[in-house]
Amino acid sequence: MLSFLRPATASADLARRVARRSPATALALRRSHPQRSGSTLVVAEPTGDDSTLAPSTLSAITAASKLHSGPISLLTFSSGEANVPSSVSSVIRASADGNSSLLAETVTNALVAANEKHGYSHIVAAATKFGANYLGRAGAQLGVSPLSDVVEVLSEGMYLLHPDTFVRPLYAGNALAKVTAKDSPLKLISVRPTAFDKAEVGDGPAAETESLDVPANELTEWLLESVSKSERPDLGSAPVVISGGRGMKNGENFALLEALADKLGGAVGASRAAVDAGFVPNDLQVGQTGKVVAPDLYIAVGISGAIQHLSGMKDSKTIVAINKDGEAPIFQVADFGLKADLFDAVPELTEKL
Amino acid sequence: MKIIVPIKRVIDYAIKIRVDPSKGPRGVQLANVKMSMNPFCEIAMEEAIRIKEAAAKAKKGAAEVVAVSIGPKQCSETIRTALAMGADRGVHIETKADVRGDYVDLQPWGIAKLLKGVVEKEEGGVDLVLLGKQSIDSDCGQTGPLLAGLLNAPQATFAAKVEQDDDGSFKVERETDSGTETIKLKPADSPAVISCDLRLNTPRYPTMPNIMKAKKKPVQTISLEDMVNELGLDLDDVLSPKNEVLEVYEPPPRKEGEMVESVGELIGKLKEKGLVA
Repeated sequence: MLSFLRPATASADLARRVARRSPATALALRRSHPQRSGSTLVVAEPTGDDSTLAPSTLSAITAASKLHSGPISLLTFSSGEANVPSSVSSVIRASADGNSSLLAETVTNALVAANEKHGYSHIVAAATKFGANYLGRAGAQLGVSPLSDVVEVLSEGMYLLHPDTFVRPLYAGNALAKVTAKDSPLKLISVRPTAFDKAEVGDGPAAETESLDVPANELTEWLLESVSKSERPDLGSAPVVISGGRGMKNGENFALLEALADKLGGAVGASRAAVDAGFVPNDLQVGQTGKVVAPDLYIAVGISGAIQHLSGMKDSKTIVAINKDGEAPIFQVADFGLKADLFDAVPELTEKL
Repeated sequence: MKIIVPIKRVIDYAIKIRVDPSKGPRGVQLANVKMSMNPFCEIAMEEAIRIKEAAAKAKKGAAEVVAVSIGPKQCSETIRTALAMGADRGVHIETKADVRGDYVDLQPWGIAKLLKGVVEKEEGGVDLVLLGKQSIDSDCGQTGPLLAGLLNAPQATFAAKVEQDDDGSFKVERETDSGTETIKLKPADSPAVISCDLRLNTPRYPTMPNIMKAKKKPVQTISLEDMVNELGLDLDDVLSPKNEVLEVYEPPPRKEGEMVESVGELIGKLKEKGLVA
């Protein structure tokens, strides 16, 4: 078998060893995938504010820029004139009636139509519930097996020989897999927003815009939604997240966490237990099957730390745990653990900050 | 009414997997590890049985629930559990013992192709396919949408509530990134395809009488190769992953943390790190 089957750190070592032996090969290895040609379509995520791109869209654009040196187009249903990162050379405006643009069938139709028009080498979605909804459907209709939840684009050293090699998590993130997408000529991937920095938005809209006719969706109809509006930062991209678990005892007590979040400019999240118990709505759930977050600071309050919860927050830069059970598994991932009653500790923390 | 419920045998949700390099670059410690029905497949099966029970109660005719599983010999136990929950019959597409279902070998693409064939082969048609939203080993969440795309079926993912109207359409409340939305799946030539999320229901434990009854329910067992032939599929398309797993490895461990004695000490530590003013 090929000798590149080693943990990720070895590939940089290998590149250095080859560089010492052969300058020509070293030059080839230093040029990474950005030298490949191609053209990518990034599918924009919906946002409440038409004048800006969603944080997850900006992360998807960063991931797209690692694939090759060719152009990036953005497919959007938004009618607003959002400024885009400089790496986005064109915006494709698809139109759909009302909230039909939120339906998997409609987005798939738009994606397929855009690809028929332009013939992309890569299509990139964000690995969110919105992205996961249409990714497979689009894959089926494009004849491409989608590669979901990419956390790393491998583009240096050995992977020059194997472009379109990515890393994605398995087993609730307790294992990572290096995977090469072999479909040709099109690859379809979704990328985990927390794994890619948000691309910086430039001074203006894209150089080119075009409109796209989308075949009507006869199969499903959008009826209504139930969303919680908040002034706080978006949970998926907030720099600070304060999460509550079963230990919070009820929904009213989450006000304690909200006060702390407001002091720190953060968002409020929750464990599955808190959501299941009806303390907070489902879109606050952090975990393997909820949102994956990776803030600078994650404070877990009254959360025991089940495998499924850890899966959603273990990439946070600094983890703090507050729990009156000193044996709680959360303390094994926490950088700082405080064994204390949260009803004393959280107000004290809020007050002293 | 006929409901197909694909179910997957996976590592039990309480187990933290370990990578096992002694088994090769993609090795994972699976020997003697407890396996169970994927939790989201359990939820899908529970929903199918509730629909069946509601149809019987409303005297709307008998609904048939078929459990389909693709995996090794031991999947037959998973199917029996589904039958004990209340499914009427099972289809076991048996893979060779060394075929891995955790993304390394079988992937959603191949599974969806098989399921499409199973759906189309069913006499009298299929009204609904209920699946779990993702399996907890491969965490792809793509089999449902892929199947819907292959069938050109109306779909709903992350279902939190499923209701069927008299005209045969399904009204589904589904979880989104910002809350929930409710959509309508119109009656179509293909079955509706719905993937199920955590809060859709709480699956029942099979009772002893039902476990006994399950032993008599029919299960068709067919090898993957034979099923692929029967459905006129390409074995390579089903079994050879288009996304080739080169290596499975453990993520780098976190640096060990420390306990603090007081809120004051915690704030001190966070200030040192520049996280708070």
